[in-house]
Amino acid sequence: MYKQDSTRRQFIGLAGSAAVLGAVPMVALRPAEATPATLATAIRNVVGTAVVKTGKVKLDIPPLVENGNTVPMTVSVANPMSPDDYVKSIHVFNEKNPQSNIGNFYLGPRAGRAQISTRIRLADSQKIVAIARLSDDSWWSATVDVVVTLAACTEEVI
Amino acid sequence: MAAALINVPKNAKRGEIIEIKTLMSHIMETGYRHTSTGEVVPRDIITSFTCRYNGAEIFRADLFPAIAANPFITFFTVATESGKFDFEWVGDNGFSETASASISVE
Repeated sequence: MYKQDSTRRQFIGLAGSAAVLGAVPMVALRPAEATPATLATAIRNVVGTAVVKTGKVKLDIPPLVENGNTVPMTVSVANPMSPDDYVKSIHVFNEKNPQSNIGNFYLGPRAGRAQISTRIRLADSQKIVAIARLSDDSWWSATVDVVVTLAACTEEVI
Repeated sequence: MAAALINVPKNAKRGEIIEIKTLMSHIMETGYRHTSTGEVVPRDIITSFTCRYNGAEIFRADLFPAIAANPFITFFTVATESGKFDFEWVGDNGFSETASASISVE
């Protein structure tokens, strides 16, 4: 009786450590794609040391995407677009595509409205970040989480 | 072979904010896909798009593999004077295409 109890305890212990071991390779596989760290690096490459505040930017993207190969996206910035207060540029980043950049869009006071639209690819359910640079060199951002059913970018060519 | 679709209003009032829609047919091969034999399909994308209004640059974009095939880009500008919009797409493997559209402003 005592012996049986001990093996049961051992079994549970072993199962527990196996689960932990099993979890490690899963984590180790992540760096094969872009990670939140590379997202941060990509943003730093554009923004430099400036502080990025949340707000002013509106990122319109469907929260649930069936096909990641073409996802409509609109970025707009609440800004008067006057000669002395305008949006210089809009930068869009992703968290888990093979490359963190999506696009850089350069506007100016002649744009009239700080809004751009395009269609993007998403390789996984992930976070999308849009950052705008204003004429006073302040940076503003918006973040949206998107769930993708069919991933893009990395599938096999038949 | 490459085909561009441009949508610019023909007429506008001076000072009116107009929307410009552009689409360039292009495969936008990411460079991250593999064939069934495991070879990487080389990257072939449009890297840059520019729009000039009577010669002055009003909009520019850097594109990355995360832009979907047949890049569709829309943006806005203020109709200041009658004239011409020139669009230019530049990409990998010497890809370079131009298109233009005219507008009359009253």
